Amino acid sequence: MGSVGVLALQGDVREHLATLAALGVGAERVRTPAELDAVAALVLPGGESTAIAHLLRTSGLADALGERLAAGLPVLGTCAGLILLAREVLDGRADQWGYGALAVAVRRNGYGRQIASFEAPLTLSDGTSVPGVFIRAPRIEACGPGVEVLATYDHDGEADPVLVRQGPVWGASFHPELTADTTVHRLFVESL
Amino acid sequence: MSDTPTTRTGSTLVKRGLADMLRGGVIMDVVNPEQAKVAEDAGAVAVMALERVPADIRRDGGVARMSDPQMIQEIQAAVTIPVMAKARIGHFAEAQVLEALGVDYIDESEVLTPADEENHIDKWAFTVPFVCGATNLGEALRRIGEGACLIRSKGEAGTGNVVEAVRHLRSITAMIRRCQSADANELYAIAKDLQAPLPLVLEVAESGHLPVPLFCAGGISTPADASLVRQLGAEAVFVGSGIFKSEDPVRMAHAVVEASTHFDDPSTIAKVSTGLGSAMRGWETSSLEQRLAERGW
Repeated sequence: MGSVGVLALQGDVREHLATLAALGVGAERVRTPAELDAVAALVLPGGESTAIAHLLRTSGLADALGERLAAGLPVLGTCAGLILLAREVLDGRADQWGYGALAVAVRRNGYGRQIASFEAPLTLSDGTSVPGVFIRAPRIEACGPGVEVLATYDHDGEADPVLVRQGPVWGASFHPELTADTTVHRLFVESL
Repeated sequence: MSDTPTTRTGSTLVKRGLADMLRGGVIMDVVNPEQAKVAEDAGAVAVMALERVPADIRRDGGVARMSDPQMIQEIQAAVTIPVMAKARIGHFAEAQVLEALGVDYIDESEVLTPADEENHIDKWAFTVPFVCGATNLGEALRRIGEGACLIRSKGEAGTGNVVEAVRHLRSITAMIRRCQSADANELYAIAKDLQAPLPLVLEVAESGHLPVPLFCAGGISTPADASLVRQLGAEAVFVGSGIFKSEDPVRMAHAVVEASTHFDDPSTIAKVSTGLGSAMRGWETSSLEQRLAERGW
Protein backbone atom coordinates (compact mmCIF):
# COMPACT_ATOMS: atom_id res chain seq x y z
CA MET A 1 0.00 0.00 0.00
CA GLY A 2 1.29 3.47 -0.91
CA SER A 3 0.76 6.51 1.22
CA VAL A 4 -2.63 7.98 2.04
CA GLY A 5 -3.30 11.69 1.60
CA VAL A 6 -5.90 13.99 3.15
CA LEU A 7 -7.00 16.90 0.98
CA ALA A 8 -6.01 19.86 3.18
CA LEU A 9 -7.52 22.91 1.51
CA GLN A 10 -10.16 23.47 4.17
CA GLY A 11 -12.17 21.52 6.72
CA ASP A 12 -11.59 18.91 9.43
CA VAL A 13 -8.30 17.66 8.07
CA ARG A 14 -6.72 17.16 11.48
CA GLU A 15 -9.40 14.69 12.59
CA HIS A 16 -8.88 12.51 9.51
CA LEU A 17 -5.11 12.52 10.06
CA ALA A 18 -5.66 11.58 13.71
CA THR A 19 -8.06 8.74 12.84
CA LEU A 20 -5.65 7.34 10.28
CA ALA A 21 -2.79 7.69 12.76
CA ALA A 22 -4.84 5.73 15.33
CA LEU A 23 -4.93 2.91 12.75
CA GLY A 24 -1.17 3.13 12.34
CA VAL A 25 -1.48 4.75 8.91
CA GLY A 26 0.76 7.75 8.37
CA ALA A 27 -1.05 10.20 6.14
CA GLU A 28 0.09 13.32 4.31
CA ARG A 29 -1.65 16.65 3.77
CA VAL A 30 -2.38 17.36 0.10
CA ARG A 31 -2.63 20.98 -1.06
CA THR A 32 -0.69 20.93 -4.36
CA PRO A 33 -0.63 18.79 -7.53
CA ALA A 34 2.85 17.54 -6.58
CA GLU A 35 1.56 16.37 -3.20
CA LEU A 36 -1.36 14.65 -4.92
CA ASP A 37 1.03 12.81 -7.24
CA ALA A 38 2.77 11.33 -4.22
CA VAL A 39 -0.25 9.58 -2.68
CA ALA A 40 -1.87 6.24 -3.52
CA ALA A 41 -5.22 6.99 -1.87
CA LEU A 42 -6.98 10.16 -0.79
CA VAL A 43 -9.46 11.30 1.85
CA LEU A 44 -11.72 14.25 1.02
CA PRO A 45 -12.58 15.71 4.43
CA GLY A 46 -15.62 17.43 5.83
CA GLY A 47 -15.82 21.17 5.31
CA GLU A 48 -17.77 23.49 3.05
CA SER A 49 -18.14 21.85 -0.35
CA THR A 50 -18.40 25.17 -2.21
CA ALA A 51 -15.21 26.45 -0.59
CA ILE A 52 -13.29 23.22 -1.20
CA ALA A 53 -14.49 23.09 -4.83
CA HIS A 54 -13.34 26.67 -5.32
CA LEU A 55 -9.95 26.00 -3.75
CA LEU A 56 -9.48 22.84 -5.84
CA ARG A 57 -9.65 25.00 -8.95
CA THR A 58 -7.46 27.82 -7.70
CA SER A 59 -4.86 25.34 -6.42
CA GLY A 60 -4.57 23.59 -9.78
CA LEU A 61 -5.80 20.39 -8.17
CA ALA A 62 -9.23 20.15 -9.79
CA ASP A 63 -8.12 18.60 -13.09
CA ALA A 64 -5.29 16.62 -11.52
CA LEU A 65 -7.70 14.98 -9.09
CA GLY A 66 -10.16 14.31 -11.90
CA GLU A 67 -7.47 12.46 -13.83
CA ARG A 68 -6.46 10.42 -10.77
CA LEU A 69 -10.11 9.50 -10.11
CA ALA A 70 -10.53 8.41 -13.72
CA ALA A 71 -7.44 6.25 -13.29
CA GLY A 72 -8.98 4.50 -10.28
CA LEU A 73 -7.56 6.42 -7.30
CA PRO A 74 -9.13 5.05 -4.10
CA VAL A 75 -10.98 7.88 -2.36
CA LEU A 76 -13.01 8.29 0.83
CA GLY A 77 -15.16 11.40 0.95
CA THR A 78 -17.00 12.44 4.12
CA CYS A 79 -19.85 14.98 4.05
CA ALA A 80 -18.46 17.75 1.82
CA GLY A 81 -16.17 15.11 0.30
CA LEU A 82 -19.21 12.99 -0.60
CA ILE A 83 -20.82 16.01 -2.29
CA LEU A 84 -17.70 16.53 -4.41
CA LEU A 85 -17.78 12.87 -5.51
CA ALA A 86 -21.53 12.59 -6.19
CA ARG A 87 -22.94 12.36 -9.69
CA GLU A 88 -25.93 14.56 -8.89
CA VAL A 89 -26.23 17.35 -6.30
CA LEU A 90 -29.67 18.71 -5.36
CA ASP A 91 -30.18 22.09 -3.66
CA GLY A 92 -26.64 23.10 -4.53
CA ARG A 93 -25.40 26.30 -6.10
CA ALA A 94 -26.47 26.85 -9.69
CA ASP A 95 -22.86 26.27 -10.75
CA GLN A 96 -22.20 23.42 -8.30
CA TRP A 97 -19.76 20.98 -9.86
CA GLY A 98 -18.35 17.68 -8.79
CA TYR A 99 -16.49 14.65 -10.09
CA GLY A 100 -19.46 12.35 -10.61
CA ALA A 101 -17.29 9.46 -9.47
CA LEU A 102 -20.04 7.99 -7.32
CA ALA A 103 -23.43 7.22 -8.90
CA VAL A 104 -25.53 8.77 -6.15
CA ALA A 105 -27.84 11.76 -5.91
CA VAL A 106 -27.30 13.81 -2.75
CA ARG A 107 -29.30 16.71 -1.40
CA ARG A 108 -27.18 19.38 0.28
CA ASN A 109 -28.27 20.07 3.87
CA GLY A 110 -30.78 17.28 3.25
CA TYR A 111 -31.49 16.89 6.96
CA GLY A 112 -31.78 20.64 7.58
CA ARG A 113 -29.68 23.52 8.86
CA GLN A 114 -27.30 23.39 11.83
CA ILE A 115 -30.06 23.28 14.47
CA ALA A 116 -31.11 19.94 12.91
CA SER A 117 -27.56 18.53 12.95
CA PHE A 118 -27.59 15.31 14.96
CA GLU A 119 -25.91 12.24 16.37
CA ALA A 120 -27.43 8.80 15.83
CA PRO A 121 -26.27 5.18 15.76
CA LEU A 122 -25.81 3.69 12.28
CA THR A 123 -26.15 0.11 11.15
CA LEU A 124 -23.41 -1.51 9.07
CA SER A 125 -24.34 -4.21 6.56
CA ASP A 126 -23.03 -6.90 8.94
CA GLY A 127 -25.52 -5.69 11.57
CA THR A 128 -23.00 -3.96 13.84
CA SER A 129 -23.46 -0.37 14.97
CA VAL A 130 -21.19 2.64 14.59
CA PRO A 131 -21.74 6.20 15.88
CA GLY A 132 -22.90 8.73 13.31
CA VAL A 133 -22.36 12.50 13.47
CA PHE A 134 -24.31 14.50 10.89
CA ILE A 135 -23.53 18.21 10.51
CA ARG A 136 -25.58 20.12 7.92
CA ALA A 137 -25.25 16.77 6.23
CA PRO A 138 -26.04 15.83 2.65
CA ARG A 139 -28.74 13.19 2.31
CA ILE A 140 -28.20 10.37 -0.18
CA GLU A 141 -31.53 10.22 -2.02
CA ALA A 142 -30.76 7.76 -4.80
CA CYS A 143 -28.11 5.18 -5.60
CA GLY A 144 -27.35 4.04 -9.14
CA PRO A 145 -26.31 0.55 -10.26
CA GLY A 146 -22.97 -0.56 -8.94
CA VAL A 147 -23.31 1.39 -5.71
CA GLU A 148 -23.05 -0.76 -2.62
CA VAL A 149 -24.72 0.50 0.58
CA LEU A 150 -22.45 -0.25 3.54
CA ALA A 151 -24.34 1.54 6.32
CA THR A 152 -27.79 2.99 6.90
CA TYR A 153 -29.50 5.36 9.30
CA ASP A 154 -33.07 4.69 10.44
CA HIS A 155 -34.74 7.96 9.48
CA ASP A 156 -38.42 7.94 10.44
CA GLY A 157 -38.69 4.28 9.46
CA GLU A 158 -36.70 4.67 6.25
CA ALA A 159 -33.23 3.19 5.99
CA ASP A 160 -31.23 6.10 4.55
CA PRO A 161 -27.97 5.04 2.92
CA VAL A 162 -25.17 6.91 4.74
CA LEU A 163 -22.04 5.00 3.72
CA VAL A 164 -21.73 3.89 0.10
CA ARG A 165 -19.06 2.43 -2.12
CA GLN A 166 -18.62 2.10 -5.85
CA GLY A 167 -15.38 0.27 -6.57
CA PRO A 168 -12.53 2.34 -5.14
CA VAL A 169 -14.74 5.35 -4.37
CA TRP A 170 -16.28 5.59 -0.90
CA GLY A 171 -18.66 8.25 0.39
CA ALA A 172 -20.13 8.94 3.83
CA SER A 173 -22.78 11.56 4.56
CA PHE A 174 -21.63 11.61 8.20
CA HIS A 175 -18.30 12.29 9.93
CA PRO A 176 -16.59 9.07 11.09
CA GLU A 177 -13.52 11.25 11.77
CA LEU A 178 -15.27 13.15 14.58
CA THR A 179 -15.68 10.11 16.84
CA ALA A 180 -13.16 7.73 18.38
CA ASP A 181 -14.61 4.87 16.30
CA THR A 182 -12.19 3.95 13.51
CA THR A 183 -14.36 1.38 11.70
CA VAL A 184 -15.03 3.32 8.50
CA HIS A 185 -11.40 4.37 7.99
CA ARG A 186 -10.27 0.82 8.78
CA LEU A 187 -12.60 -0.66 6.17
CA PHE A 188 -11.35 1.88 3.61
CA VAL A 189 -7.68 1.26 4.42
CA GLU A 190 -8.19 -2.52 4.35
CA SER A 191 -9.63 -2.21 0.83
CA LEU A 192 -6.44 -0.65 -0.50
CA MET B 1 -36.10 17.18 13.44
CA SER B 2 -37.05 16.25 17.01
CA ASP B 3 -34.95 14.10 19.29
CA THR B 4 -35.79 10.41 19.62
CA PRO B 5 -34.24 7.91 22.02
CA THR B 6 -31.46 7.38 19.50
CA THR B 7 -31.23 10.66 17.57
CA ARG B 8 -29.80 13.67 19.39
CA THR B 9 -29.61 17.28 18.16
CA GLY B 10 -27.68 20.13 19.76
CA SER B 11 -25.01 17.89 21.33
CA THR B 12 -21.63 19.39 22.10
CA LEU B 13 -20.13 17.23 19.36
CA VAL B 14 -22.41 18.54 16.59
CA LYS B 15 -22.12 22.12 17.85
CA ARG B 16 -18.32 22.09 18.01
CA GLY B 17 -18.29 19.94 14.88
CA LEU B 18 -19.60 22.72 12.66
CA ALA B 19 -16.71 24.91 13.82
CA ASP B 20 -14.35 22.06 12.88
CA MET B 21 -15.81 22.11 9.36
CA LEU B 22 -14.99 25.82 9.01
CA ARG B 23 -11.29 25.38 9.82
CA GLY B 24 -8.83 26.78 7.33
CA GLY B 25 -11.49 29.03 5.85
CA VAL B 26 -12.67 32.62 5.90
CA ILE B 27 -15.94 33.91 7.39
CA MET B 28 -16.99 37.22 5.89
CA ASP B 29 -19.24 40.00 7.23
CA VAL B 30 -22.01 40.81 4.73
CA VAL B 31 -24.87 43.30 4.91
CA ASN B 32 -27.03 42.14 1.98
CA PRO B 33 -27.60 39.12 -0.30
CA GLU B 34 -25.38 40.56 -3.05
CA GLN B 35 -22.39 40.72 -0.73
CA ALA B 36 -23.24 37.23 0.53
CA LYS B 37 -23.05 35.92 -3.05
CA VAL B 38 -19.69 37.64 -3.55
CA ALA B 39 -18.43 35.94 -0.39
CA GLU B 40 -19.69 32.50 -1.42
CA ASP B 41 -18.30 32.90 -4.94
CA ALA B 42 -14.91 33.75 -3.47
CA GLY B 43 -14.86 30.54 -1.42
CA ALA B 44 -15.92 31.85 2.00
CA VAL B 45 -16.89 29.01 4.37
CA ALA B 46 -19.63 31.08 6.03
CA VAL B 47 -21.05 34.57 6.15
CA MET B 48 -21.89 36.79 9.11
CA ALA B 49 -25.14 38.62 8.39
CA LEU B 50 -25.30 42.06 9.97
CA GLU B 51 -26.82 45.46 9.19
CA ARG B 52 -23.62 47.47 9.35
CA VAL B 53 -20.02 46.29 9.22
CA PRO B 54 -18.02 47.25 12.32
CA ALA B 55 -16.32 50.19 10.56
CA ASP B 56 -19.73 51.76 9.97
CA ILE B 57 -20.95 50.97 13.49
CA ARG B 58 -17.84 52.75 14.75
CA ARG B 59 -18.49 55.74 12.46
CA ASP B 60 -22.25 56.02 13.07
CA GLY B 61 -22.32 55.48 16.82
CA GLY B 62 -25.64 54.83 18.53
CA VAL B 63 -26.83 51.49 19.89
CA ALA B 64 -25.93 48.52 17.67
CA ARG B 65 -28.42 45.64 17.89
CA MET B 66 -29.30 42.30 16.33
CA SER B 67 -30.07 42.61 12.60
CA ASP B 68 -33.55 42.73 11.09
CA PRO B 69 -34.78 39.12 10.66
CA GLN B 70 -35.87 39.90 7.10
CA MET B 71 -32.32 40.77 6.13
CA ILE B 72 -30.99 37.59 7.74
CA GLN B 73 -33.60 35.48 5.92
CA GLU B 74 -32.75 37.09 2.58
CA ILE B 75 -29.12 36.19 3.09
CA GLN B 76 -30.06 32.64 4.15
CA ALA B 77 -32.00 32.32 0.90
CA ALA B 78 -29.13 33.69 -1.20
CA VAL B 79 -26.34 31.28 -0.22
CA THR B 80 -25.80 27.58 0.52
CA ILE B 81 -23.00 28.11 3.07
CA PRO B 82 -23.65 28.56 6.80
CA VAL B 83 -25.09 31.91 7.89
CA MET B 84 -24.07 33.38 11.24
CA ALA B 85 -25.61 36.38 12.98
CA LYS B 86 -24.75 38.52 15.99
CA ALA B 87 -26.57 38.94 19.29
CA ARG B 88 -25.68 41.51 21.95
CA ILE B 89 -23.65 40.27 24.92
CA GLY B 90 -26.11 38.93 27.48
CA HIS B 91 -29.15 39.44 25.23
CA PHE B 92 -30.52 35.90 25.32
CA ALA B 93 -33.83 37.03 23.81
CA GLU B 94 -32.04 38.18 20.65
CA ALA B 95 -30.28 34.81 20.62
CA GLN B 96 -33.65 33.03 20.92
CA VAL B 97 -34.89 34.97 17.89
CA LEU B 98 -31.78 34.07 15.89
CA GLU B 99 -32.21 30.40 16.83
CA ALA B 100 -35.84 30.56 15.72
CA LEU B 101 -34.64 31.93 12.37
CA GLY B 102 -32.41 28.88 11.99
CA VAL B 103 -29.09 30.72 11.80
CA ASP B 104 -26.20 28.25 11.86
CA TYR B 105 -24.02 30.02 14.46
CA ILE B 106 -24.68 32.93 16.86
CA ASP B 107 -21.89 35.38 17.58
CA GLU B 108 -22.37 36.86 21.06
CA SER B 109 -20.45 39.90 19.99
CA GLU B 110 -18.76 42.91 21.51
CA VAL B 111 -19.28 44.67 18.17
CA LEU B 112 -22.89 45.22 19.21
CA THR B 113 -23.78 47.30 22.29
CA PRO B 114 -23.82 44.98 25.34
CA ALA B 115 -27.24 44.29 26.88
CA ASP B 116 -25.96 42.95 30.20
CA GLU B 117 -22.87 44.24 31.94
CA GLU B 118 -22.55 41.30 34.31
CA ASN B 119 -23.73 38.17 32.55
CA HIS B 120 -23.08 36.56 29.22
CA ILE B 121 -25.70 34.28 27.68
CA ASP B 122 -26.08 30.73 29.05
CA LYS B 123 -25.16 29.12 25.77
CA TRP B 124 -25.72 25.55 26.97
CA ALA B 125 -29.46 26.31 26.89
CA PHE B 126 -29.44 26.57 23.07
CA THR B 127 -29.44 24.03 20.26
CA VAL B 128 -27.66 26.46 17.95
CA PRO B 129 -23.91 26.83 18.65
CA PHE B 130 -22.27 30.09 19.76
CA VAL B 131 -18.98 31.78 18.94
CA CYS B 132 -17.60 34.35 21.40
CA GLY B 133 -14.67 36.73 21.35
CA ALA B 134 -11.77 36.66 23.80
CA THR B 135 -8.73 38.78 24.48
CA ASN B 136 -6.92 36.24 26.68
CA LEU B 137 -7.08 32.63 27.80
CA GLY B 138 -9.12 33.31 30.93
CA GLU B 139 -11.82 35.06 28.93
CA ALA B 140 -11.82 32.27 26.34
CA LEU B 141 -12.25 29.58 29.01
CA ARG B 142 -15.01 31.52 30.77
CA ARG B 143 -16.91 31.68 27.48
CA ILE B 144 -16.34 27.96 26.88
CA GLY B 145 -17.57 27.32 30.43
CA GLU B 146 -20.78 29.13 29.46
CA GLY B 147 -21.13 26.86 26.42
CA ALA B 148 -19.32 28.65 23.57
CA CYS B 149 -18.33 26.13 20.89
CA LEU B 150 -15.89 28.38 19.03
CA ILE B 151 -13.59 31.16 20.22
CA ARG B 152 -12.34 34.03 18.10
CA SER B 153 -9.67 36.36 19.31
CA LYS B 154 -11.39 39.77 19.46
CA GLY B 155 -8.92 42.12 17.87
CA GLU B 156 -10.35 45.62 17.46
CA ALA B 157 -13.23 45.33 14.99
CA GLY B 158 -13.72 47.91 12.28
CA THR B 159 -10.23 49.38 12.49
CA GLY B 160 -8.47 47.60 9.63
CA ASN B 161 -5.58 47.37 12.07
CA VAL B 162 -4.36 43.88 12.90
CA VAL B 163 -2.34 44.88 15.96
CA GLU B 164 -5.00 44.01 18.54
CA ALA B 165 -5.79 40.69 16.88
CA VAL B 166 -2.12 39.81 17.14
CA ARG B 167 -1.99 40.91 20.78
CA HIS B 168 -5.02 38.76 21.72
CA LEU B 169 -3.95 35.73 19.73
CA ARG B 170 -0.44 35.83 21.16
CA SER B 171 -1.85 36.30 24.66
CA ILE B 172 -4.04 33.18 24.29
CA THR B 173 -1.39 30.94 22.73
CA ALA B 174 1.39 32.09 25.08
CA MET B 175 -0.76 31.33 28.12
CA ILE B 176 -1.62 27.90 26.70
CA ARG B 177 2.11 27.18 26.47
CA ARG B 178 2.51 28.40 30.05
CA CYS B 179 -0.20 25.96 31.18
CA GLN B 180 1.51 23.13 29.35
CA SER B 181 4.79 23.73 31.15
CA ALA B 182 3.26 24.29 34.58
CA ASP B 183 3.37 21.54 37.17
CA ALA B 184 0.20 20.25 38.83
CA ASN B 185 0.61 22.55 41.86
CA GLU B 186 0.85 25.66 39.70
CA LEU B 187 -2.28 24.93 37.65
CA TYR B 188 -4.59 25.72 40.58
CA ALA B 189 -3.03 29.17 40.94
CA ILE B 190 -3.13 29.67 37.17
CA ALA B 191 -6.86 28.85 37.14
CA LYS B 192 -7.37 31.34 39.96
CA ASP B 193 -5.36 34.06 38.19
CA LEU B 194 -7.15 33.42 34.91
CA GLN B 195 -10.52 33.34 36.70
CA ALA B 196 -11.22 30.28 34.57
CA PRO B 197 -12.86 26.94 35.40
CA LEU B 198 -10.17 24.58 36.73
CA PRO B 199 -11.27 21.54 34.63
CA LEU B 200 -10.85 23.60 31.46
CA VAL B 201 -7.40 24.82 32.56
CA LEU B 202 -6.39 21.20 33.18
CA GLU B 203 -7.73 20.21 29.76
CA VAL B 204 -5.72 22.95 28.05
CA ALA B 205 -2.57 22.00 29.99
CA GLU B 206 -2.99 18.39 28.84
CA SER B 207 -3.93 18.96 25.19
CA GLY B 208 -2.03 22.15 24.34
CA HIS B 209 -5.02 23.78 22.69
CA LEU B 210 -8.47 25.12 23.54
CA PRO B 211 -11.27 22.55 23.89
CA VAL B 212 -12.91 24.27 20.89
CA PRO B 213 -11.44 25.71 17.66
CA LEU B 214 -9.62 29.06 17.90
CA PHE B 215 -10.26 31.52 15.07
CA CYS B 216 -9.16 35.13 14.70
CA ALA B 217 -11.17 38.33 14.14
CA GLY B 218 -10.84 42.08 14.33
CA GLY B 219 -8.77 44.19 11.97
CA ILE B 220 -7.74 41.64 9.35
CA SER B 221 -7.70 43.51 6.05
CA THR B 222 -5.06 42.05 3.71
CA PRO B 223 -3.97 38.57 2.55
CA ALA B 224 -0.75 39.01 4.53
CA ASP B 225 -2.81 39.77 7.66
CA ALA B 226 -4.66 36.48 7.16
CA SER B 227 -1.37 34.65 6.70
CA LEU B 228 0.06 36.29 9.83
CA VAL B 229 -2.76 35.28 12.16
CA ARG B 230 -2.96 31.77 10.68
CA GLN B 231 0.78 31.35 11.33
CA LEU B 232 0.22 32.61 14.87
CA GLY B 233 -2.19 29.75 15.49
CA ALA B 234 -5.61 30.90 14.31
CA GLU B 235 -7.38 27.99 12.60
CA ALA B 236 -9.60 30.24 10.46
CA VAL B 237 -10.22 33.93 9.92
CA PHE B 238 -13.19 36.27 10.36
CA VAL B 239 -12.97 39.28 8.06
CA GLY B 240 -15.41 42.07 8.82
CA SER B 241 -14.97 45.45 7.25
CA GLY B 242 -11.76 44.38 5.48
CA ILE B 243 -13.49 42.94 2.40
CA PHE B 244 -16.29 45.33 1.53
CA LYS B 245 -14.46 48.49 2.67
CA SER B 246 -11.55 47.73 0.34
CA GLU B 247 -11.13 49.20 -3.14
CA ASP B 248 -11.94 45.94 -4.97
CA PRO B 249 -14.04 43.68 -2.68
CA VAL B 250 -14.33 40.80 -5.18
CA ARG B 251 -10.59 40.50 -5.62
CA MET B 252 -9.92 41.08 -1.94
CA ALA B 253 -12.38 38.32 -1.00
CA HIS B 254 -10.69 35.83 -3.34
CA ALA B 255 -7.23 36.86 -2.18
CA VAL B 256 -7.95 36.49 1.54
CA VAL B 257 -9.46 33.02 0.96
CA GLU B 258 -6.34 31.90 -0.93
CA ALA B 259 -4.16 33.41 1.78
CA SER B 260 -5.95 31.54 4.56
CA THR B 261 -5.57 28.18 2.80
CA HIS B 262 -1.98 28.69 1.66
CA PHE B 263 -0.99 30.77 4.70
CA ASP B 264 2.44 29.22 4.99
CA ASP B 265 3.40 29.68 1.33
CA PRO B 266 4.77 33.23 0.89
CA SER B 267 4.83 32.94 -2.91
CA THR B 268 1.05 32.43 -2.93
CA ILE B 269 0.56 35.39 -0.58
CA ALA B 270 2.73 37.50 -2.90
CA LYS B 271 0.79 36.40 -5.96
CA VAL B 272 -2.66 37.16 -4.53
CA SER B 273 -1.48 40.47 -3.03
CA THR B 274 -0.19 41.77 -6.34
CA GLY B 275 -2.23 44.61 -7.86
CA LEU B 276 -4.98 44.13 -5.32
CA GLY B 277 -5.87 47.82 -4.94
CA SER B 278 -5.93 49.51 -1.57
CA ALA B 279 -7.12 47.81 1.57
CA MET B 280 -9.59 49.62 3.83
CA ARG B 281 -8.11 52.88 5.11
CA GLY B 282 -8.15 51.90 8.76
CA TRP B 283 -7.57 53.50 12.14
CA GLU B 284 -4.50 53.75 14.29
CA THR B 285 -5.53 52.19 17.60
CA SER B 286 -4.42 55.07 19.83
CA SER B 287 -6.80 57.42 17.96
CA LEU B 288 -9.91 55.36 18.83
CA GLU B 289 -12.61 56.88 21.01
CA GLN B 290 -14.11 53.48 21.82
CA ARG B 291 -12.39 50.14 22.30
CA LEU B 292 -14.91 47.40 21.42
CA ALA B 293 -12.61 44.67 22.77
CA GLU B 294 -13.12 46.01 26.29
CA ARG B 295 -16.75 44.95 26.13
CA GLY B 296 -17.32 41.54 27.70
CA TRP B 297 -15.14 40.21 30.52
